[in-house]
Amino acid sequence: MTQSTVTQAPVTEAHPPVAATDPRLRWVLLAAGLVAALALPWFVYPPVAMDIVAMALFAIALDILLGYTGLLSFGHAAFWGSSAYVTGLIATHYGVPFPVAVIGGALFAMVLALPAGYLSVRRSGIYFAMVTLAFAQMVYFVGYRWSDLTGGENGLQGVPRQFFGIDLVETDSFYFYYAALPILLLGMWAAWRIVHSPFGRVLVSIRDNSQRARALGYEVDRYKVVAFVLSAGLTGLAGGVFAINHGFVALTELHWSTSGEVVLMTVLGGIGTLWGGILGAFLAVMLADYLASSGFDGIDLVTGSVFVLVVLLFRRGLWGTVRHQWLVWQQRRRSRRASASADPTRREP
Amino acid sequence: MTTNGRVALRTQALTKVFRGFRAVDSVDLVVREGGVHALVGPNGAGKTTLFNLLTGFVSPTSGAITVFGEDVTGQQPEQVARRGVARSFQITSLFETLTSREHVELALQGLTRQGFRFWRSEKLLGGNRARVDELLTQVGLMALADRQVGLLAYGQKRALELALVLALDPRVMLLDEPTAGMGLEDIDRTIELVRRIAAGRTVVFVDHNMHVVGSLADRVTVLQQGRVLAEGAYDEVRNDERVITAYLGEADNA
Repeated sequence: MTQSTVTQAPVTEAHPPVAATDPRLRWVLLAAGLVAALALPWFVYPPVAMDIVAMALFAIALDILLGYTGLLSFGHAAFWGSSAYVTGLIATHYGVPFPVAVIGGALFAMVLALPAGYLSVRRSGIYFAMVTLAFAQMVYFVGYRWSDLTGGENGLQGVPRQFFGIDLVETDSFYFYYAALPILLLGMWAAWRIVHSPFGRVLVSIRDNSQRARALGYEVDRYKVVAFVLSAGLTGLAGGVFAINHGFVALTELHWSTSGEVVLMTVLGGIGTLWGGILGAFLAVMLADYLASSGFDGIDLVTGSVFVLVVLLFRRGLWGTVRHQWLVWQQRRRSRRASASADPTRREP
Repeated sequence: MTTNGRVALRTQALTKVFRGFRAVDSVDLVVREGGVHALVGPNGAGKTTLFNLLTGFVSPTSGAITVFGEDVTGQQPEQVARRGVARSFQITSLFETLTSREHVELALQGLTRQGFRFWRSEKLLGGNRARVDELLTQVGLMALADRQVGLLAYGQKRALELALVLALDPRVMLLDEPTAGMGLEDIDRTIELVRRIAAGRTVVFVDHNMHVVGSLADRVTVLQQGRVLAEGAYDEVRNDERVITAYLGEADNA
């Protein structure tokens, strides 16, 4: 990047520095993330490791709306849960390899998101959140009542894990992790692509100032619907893998508390960062797993307190705060170096 | 400035009532193609409401709006923008986290379908780099192209507003107080800039500064309490008895 001749303005809290994309740093982060993803089941019980990565994609998918479009969906359990059910049903009734069932679930979530998005983007702020919540409650009700299909309160039991007859993957959670990981990583890559596309730039402009975006000719509502459907599709991928991982779909997956949980994870990690969703999901799942295995039954109390604490101490979330401090430090260093080289008293004799 | 016979923008008995308050009251406005038309009037005269009506941000209670003969009454802002009517905002209205360059790229993309390409790299947006640079240079922001707009000075933000309007290559430009809050130097620069970009386009602008109105406008409409008080060339309007009565003091400041 060429340096402009203009001196850098001071960085303040109100105006965070532009996320200067240092390509080296990005590759280091990506490599570290990939190594962490590959190493995870060696250190964490494999089904829990799978939950972490699935939840991470769920949080990332939500972040497309929450962090990049400025829309708080409080109904994403509808897409997560319905994809889990549809994936489970396809796997149960058609005996296809699990990735096919997962894709089926994700497509179903997208189809479901079309009317939900169409209706909800007409409102903004708290009203948008309420419309998505109401929609998700309707989906929950259908899942609860249509027990012939979904198993109702008992959930969908005995979801098979088919994978081209490869026994190791079908029976061993450790190997299943590596078979399912590419689907989720592909989903994360898609989220990154969406956010850093011409479309993603329009989403950010809508988030910052939707009226101005309209004056530039952008059909804001239509962009929001597309973002909503894409987010639901990635959520569906995550929900489908989650269902296969457990071999079981509980009604909880459609419950509003699941919608709340993913918002919590995303905010915990930091919205508008993508990486934050991964960190948030990791911490939330690990904490819940640790508390559950130590026999503590006030899990929500602890996770709730952690959430409140993080939001109070780090307004930008964990990842968001680290990134912000890093950018501020970088910019300070750059301007110090620029002023040092412009200072004539420091010229060599 | 040459005007030919075609009407670029016309309103017929345009009225907007906010809870019983007639903000714009049966306004008939005719803006000829190629003209530079100023809207003046005291605060609360209905200038900004009229702008919001013309660009679809507010829908009229009654009356009609046509752009080059086509009815645009009740259309949405993005539809009006796509018909070649671009506006700037009185209160600087930008995307705080983006840079100047990113703003202009977005504006250039606004009228295309490219914005829906979520599977492509955002580098696609920079494809028209020569045009982006040209627009930034035109408004004097080239040196600040990669700075986040939250860090720009006020006058620079106003200049960027103009670049965004220009990027849409509009047939009709609506500028809401392009010189509001500017220092003298910036005002003269902006007058020069508007004059340059006005060539071949139709401009409607609102400004309180009579120096700006006098230098740019070939026609002036004076609004008062939502109604048209007078209309004509700048000198005619300035010497109009009714305008002097309604407006005295403000006009003299210029």
